[in-house]
Amino acid sequence: MTSFDSLLPLLVLMTSLVTAVIIFALGEDRIRARTFVNLLGAVAKLALVGYMIWGLSQGRLFETRWPFMPQLDFVLRADSMTILFSTLSAGLWLLTTIYAIGYLEGSPNRRRFFGYFSLCVTSTMGISLAGNLITFFVFYELLTLTTYPLVVHRGTEKAVRAGSMYLRYTLAGSASMLAGMLWLYVIAGPFDFRAAGVLAPLGDSHRPQLIAIFALLVGGLGVKAAIVPLHKWLPTAMVAPAPVSALLHAVAVVKAGAFGIVRVVYDVYGAELARDLGVLTPLAAFAAITILYGSLRALAQDDFKRRLAFSTVSQVSYITLGVSLFGPMATMGGLVHLVHQGIMKITMFFAAGNAAEALGVHKISELDGVGRRLPGTMASFTIAALGMIGVPPLAGFVSKWYLGWGAAEAGQYWALGVLAASSLLNAAYFLPILYRAWFKPQRHPWPHEHPHSGRLEISWWLLFPPVATAALVLIAGLFAGHPFSPLSWVQIITRQEYPAPGLSD
Amino acid sequence: MNETLRNDAWLAAPILLPLLTALIASLLPDRARVRASLAGATATFVASAAVIAGVVRGGPGRHHLGGWGAPLGIDLYADGLTALMLAMTAVLGAAISVYATGYFHTARERRCFWPLWFVLWTGLNALFLTADLFNFYVTLEVVGLSAVALVAMEGGPLALTAAARYLFVAMMGSLVYMGGVALIYSQYGVLDLTLLHGRLGVGPVGRAALALMVVGLLAKTAVFPLHLWLPPAHSSAPAPVSAALSGLVVKGSFYILLRTSFSSFADSALAAIGPFLGVLGGLAVLWGSLQALTQDRLKLMVAYSTVAQIGYLFLLFPVAMPGAGDAAWQSKAYIAGIFHALSHAAAKGAMFMAAGAILHAVGRDDKNSLRGLGEKLPVATSAFAVAGVSIMALPPSGGFIAKWMMLVAAVRTGQWWWAPLMIGGGLLAAAYIFRMVKFMFFQPPASAAELHPIPRRLEFTALALALTALALGLASVYPLAVAAIGAPFPSNWFTESF
Repeated sequence: MTSFDSLLPLLVLMTSLVTAVIIFALGEDRIRARTFVNLLGAVAKLALVGYMIWGLSQGRLFETRWPFMPQLDFVLRADSMTILFSTLSAGLWLLTTIYAIGYLEGSPNRRRFFGYFSLCVTSTMGISLAGNLITFFVFYELLTLTTYPLVVHRGTEKAVRAGSMYLRYTLAGSASMLAGMLWLYVIAGPFDFRAAGVLAPLGDSHRPQLIAIFALLVGGLGVKAAIVPLHKWLPTAMVAPAPVSALLHAVAVVKAGAFGIVRVVYDVYGAELARDLGVLTPLAAFAAITILYGSLRALAQDDFKRRLAFSTVSQVSYITLGVSLFGPMATMGGLVHLVHQGIMKITMFFAAGNAAEALGVHKISELDGVGRRLPGTMASFTIAALGMIGVPPLAGFVSKWYLGWGAAEAGQYWALGVLAASSLLNAAYFLPILYRAWFKPQRHPWPHEHPHSGRLEISWWLLFPPVATAALVLIAGLFAGHPFSPLSWVQIITRQEYPAPGLSD
Repeated sequence: MNETLRNDAWLAAPILLPLLTALIASLLPDRARVRASLAGATATFVASAAVIAGVVRGGPGRHHLGGWGAPLGIDLYADGLTALMLAMTAVLGAAISVYATGYFHTARERRCFWPLWFVLWTGLNALFLTADLFNFYVTLEVVGLSAVALVAMEGGPLALTAAARYLFVAMMGSLVYMGGVALIYSQYGVLDLTLLHGRLGVGPVGRAALALMVVGLLAKTAVFPLHLWLPPAHSSAPAPVSAALSGLVVKGSFYILLRTSFSSFADSALAAIGPFLGVLGGLAVLWGSLQALTQDRLKLMVAYSTVAQIGYLFLLFPVAMPGAGDAAWQSKAYIAGIFHALSHAAAKGAMFMAAGAILHAVGRDDKNSLRGLGEKLPVATSAFAVAGVSIMALPPSGGFIAKWMMLVAAVRTGQWWWAPLMIGGGLLAAAYIFRMVKFMFFQPPASAAELHPIPRRLEFTALALALTALALGLASVYPLAVAAIGAPFPSNWFTESF
């Protein structure tokens, strides 16, 4: 049994890696075979992650380890932090795959698209399972490389330019991370991630170095997490097809950055050491600026996907904010938002993709009356948007509630102001969309309507994913107290990160 | 190295087999020539594997050719470093042989290529297996002259000019090296590395001799600023030849420098040239990368990338030299350098092969002709990109492992200033590789002209080598363990904890 336990993390990676290899080997026109392999891989991954959750709750240890270099191991390990991110990735991979099959029907280069898509998910899973910094870095870099072909997929001048910009930002970020990792390795030797941190013994003797290393690591991770001023690549990358935007913005890239920051603060430094070094306050300031700046920029966008992109810039920094306000409640708010923001944002991108695919609508100003034409799509969008604003009982409310509580607990009352302001701004840029969609009559013919025959408003492949994720937004909020909700997982993690008693339930 | 080493008669096989193949291949008619060559390549591969297996199982080995020992006869010597160099040559050599069967169209080309290629392979194996300064000279000449002939075989004005320059530098380099060897002989009366152990570079004559030797080898390895001959030669040669030149030939003269400096140089001499070699390496990284960034032809870009990658090899000297710090970290730098040579051979071989496939299919290799190839030649372009990952030193490739170990060793020995250079060099590499890769993603292609059909072998050999470079990153501990066999450092570095 132990041998299986030490293979399981590798198997979780293999499901999508093997899928990718098979897809590349199949010809461009083997559509049915490709669809079958893709869905099989996604379902298998979800099943394995489910098994991993169950096993972990039984107290089993899933760890794959082999020597990567002398004295430096390659470690894949499932801990409770892993579960948070890998469940999100595996679940949304399945839905995004279903969506992408419908969205890209009949378009060229689908083999390449689905192949890199699976590799991208492999990297994301690797990031969630990485048991030490170097393993994390390997998959973090792989993610950069595998998302590049997805960004430039369309092959237009604009797409290739966006890809180059994406690479410039992310590779510069990795260089910064590499420098930080190297420095850390030299002063602390090799170590694995551990709840409540590893570096506490070095806190007194290496104070300035640890602060500099923190800046290098978080600076590198902040590029992918789109912290202002490192966010510019994200709105530009919007030229990619909708399923890519959904994956990049809800799951893979921005979450990888945010998850990395979570790992560095909690499992490398430890929350207490990070606070004592004084690195959390600047991080909180950056997060707050990003939250407000992203929202303000979102207000000014007329392009539907660009507005969602700036909203992502803003929302992802909720996670960073929760991490940087010292205290269990804020930690819970930030971590739970890792999942909540993912399901809400992906719903929105699916909806935006449907509006573009069915009607050729790309601008907010063209959305008048779209709710009557695409009721299921827009109802899903509405649930996600209200969640983002923070309306109870939806998922976003739960995040904001704990973040606010955490801010108050930490005595950081300015953060409450940031939360309130950003909720108002969320309302200001999402409510007009809802108003246009539901209450305004259609004024112009749709820019580019695709004839669709069938009882549904749009093909099943495109309608099911947003409805499913919107249902998750609702469930995650309504059943936040249930033992298997994201919030309950986050509670378990938070207990491990703050060993001292202080968690009032 | 001592006299009680095991005697291993296998050591002669990797030299004699390709030599025999070269003779047979030059005598046979066209079709039989290719078949005999492939058989010879297989035999050479197996013989190299046998020598490697012997070293892994029994430690370093020696063999006196014809029964004469040093200082009179020819001595062959193999340790972990030799084994890895033989492995590199065998893997890349086998790939080049397979690739070449699909690359050359005419009987005339095949008649030139096959015999010369096996002479080159003979020279390389002999160079890696020899252990005295005079035999280094002889094998270096064999390698240099066959390489020049292979560059010239295309026969066009570009190739002939490049070959002429290459010949000039190769001859000058050998002469200067030989001058150094002659001085050493006049002073010590021996040329065997074991007998010279730690004695080179002492006193005015010794220093002059060493300077001559090193300068000759630097010219042959194309280290900045003696690199000018390399890009035209490596880019105008036929693709299988380019792969051999960048992957193997420059490693030959580098190997001599590495071997002699850590076994025969006096500590004081090594400490004096270490920083100098490091600075040259650093300049090569910067200059080669910047030049690669401005090239519009794919093969020229790949050739300039070789100039930069050679630079990384030389960064090991200042970090691994005596007195640089703790021996465990010096040995790490030494081994990282060897590992970098291996990764670079696989990745650069793959790149030149991919570029050759593209050149054959499209007829040109300027950057605009790459448009749309991502879809039309998926395997060749993927091979190029995957090899690029190792050249950029991104994980999980062999290039990354080498760079990481070198970075750690540099910082640990207190020479942190090499770190920004190495990290910056990686970014520059990413810039020049993606500059080409991005054109492959452009739709639609630049011209509607159909591609010439090419044998699938060309694409898949390139991909196999590129994947080898990745595999080196995932299974680095085995080659690294081999590198430690007979290394001139305390052997506990591998298990050492800190």
